[in-house]
Amino acid sequence: MTKKLPSIISKLAPVGTLLTVVLIWAAVTGASLVPSFMLPSPRDVAKAFFGDFPILMHHASVTLTEAFLGLLLGVLLAFLLATLMDRFPILYKALYPLLVITQTIPTIAVAPLLVLWMGFGMAPKITLVVLTTFFPVAVSLLDGYRSADPDAIHLLRSMGAGRVKIFRYIKFPSSLGSFFAGLKVSASYAVVGAVIAEWLGGFEGLGVYMTRVQKAYAFDKMFSVVIFITLISLLLMWGVMGIKMLVMPWERKEKEKKK
Amino acid sequence: MPISPNSVLLEARGISKSFGENKVLENVDFTLKKGELVCLLGVSGAGKTTLFNILSGLITPDSGQVLLNGVNITGRPGKISYMLQKDLLLPYRTVVDNVALPLLVRGVPKKQAREKAASYFQKFGLQGTEKKYPNKLSGGMRQRAALLRTYLASDGVALLDEPFSALDTITKSAMHEWYLDIMREIELTTLFITHDMDEAVKLSDRICILSGHPGKIICDIPVTEPRPRAHDFNLSSAFLDYKRQIAENLIL
Ligand SMILES: Nc1ncnc2c1ncn2[C@@H]1O[C@H](COP(=O)(O)OP(=O)(O)O)[C@@H](O)[C@H]1O
Ligand SMILES: [Mg+2]
Repeated sequence: MTKKLPSIISKLAPVGTLLTVVLIWAAVTGASLVPSFMLPSPRDVAKAFFGDFPILMHHASVTLTEAFLGLLLGVLLAFLLATLMDRFPILYKALYPLLVITQTIPTIAVAPLLVLWMGFGMAPKITLVVLTTFFPVAVSLLDGYRSADPDAIHLLRSMGAGRVKIFRYIKFPSSLGSFFAGLKVSASYAVVGAVIAEWLGGFEGLGVYMTRVQKAYAFDKMFSVVIFITLISLLLMWGVMGIKMLVMPWERKEKEKKK
Repeated sequence: MPISPNSVLLEARGISKSFGENKVLENVDFTLKKGELVCLLGVSGAGKTTLFNILSGLITPDSGQVLLNGVNITGRPGKISYMLQKDLLLPYRTVVDNVALPLLVRGVPKKQAREKAASYFQKFGLQGTEKKYPNKLSGGMRQRAALLRTYLASDGVALLDEPFSALDTITKSAMHEWYLDIMREIELTTLFITHDMDEAVKLSDRICILSGHPGKIICDIPVTEPRPRAHDFNLSSAFLDYKRQIAENLIL
């Protein structure tokens, strides 16, 4: 019992913070401290959201498609590259610095170039999502492979296992925890990456919606779409955690035991 | 070819191994007969683990041969497996899947491998743990699961590198009794490394001492005390004599 109380408090703490922020927000707008066109009230934002609900859903489906496809391709690419880099140390040495460099190029700077190259369709958006999601997954997979217990690899070798079986039974499963940590980060990048790419050209998607409402100075809609995007990213991250729980049941059991 | 009792199961002939300038083993000869339990004693760094690695084929010796049932298996892993103090049960596989691993590595289909592994659980006191993950098991149980895996990995011969040294004395003692029983039941031949002289005398048919730089087997002490050995064997004067004999040789 003594242990349960703090855990409930710790779970409620972020919800409390969020409520406080919303309350302050409502108070500030209610007292007209800031002109309402600049900072719409929570109620205005909610109204804007439900008023545009069907349109938002349509745009969201486009953005989510881009984000999903980009994330999927990014993860596949990361898996391929990380696995090859782990297998061939020379590739690791040759590619790792390059990988890091690609991460220092700001997304926003690449996006216009992609649009120029690939036009206004889904291709540049998906490519941008691939570029942003690929790195965290690749690096976490590489770390994961390297975290495999050398003694366990030794043991498998003593059983007569070759590289493929060592990968399958030791390296890959050992990397799962780290992989999901990277995937969580990537999932949160995916939606934002797609939105940024949509800003710079296109006809559909939440990014396009954002630029439209921005040009119309519709602050309430702007706020509603920003909050919406945040929620989608959060849901995606939770989705990843859910998949992790399914794929790694031994972790789940470990946690239960600790309680 | 049926193997008659007391025939040589595992043999090392003239094994030498250096790591760069460091000569670790020189001309080591060694035999293990079917059904025997032999202990390899030696100070830390004497080359015991290296010899195990050579016997299991993980390391190729500079010279010499390893024969299993008369077949040369030098430098060929997969015939003999060994077990470390660390049980190395993979946290992400259920106990039965951990135990079945050597069979899977050999290419046995999953279902068959699981069935075969599960068929030994009763015997190894592991019944009911099949679908659990290793973190749910006690230290003794984990070690038994690792032993079963070792047994399935090798055709009747187990190399154990300080298998019980991480266990508390009471669990260790219980494991000794259990191990002697199971070994007879499944006709397992055992070579094990230990630092613990009491453990060596209590369990062994023979004690080989590996010593020197480079390491050699300097003596081979038979422990003739009949089995099953009395619980107070370790309090008898015979027991002390064995220990004295080992100590004299170890100090060399
Ligand atoms: N892979 C290796 N590379 C280089 N030196 C090694 C290697 N393995 C063992 N050695 C050396 O061989 C000697 C014997 O080691 P080891 O067989 O582990 O001894 P023991 O198990 O008896 O304590 C030590 O000096 C150790 O440093
Ligand atoms: Mg050792």
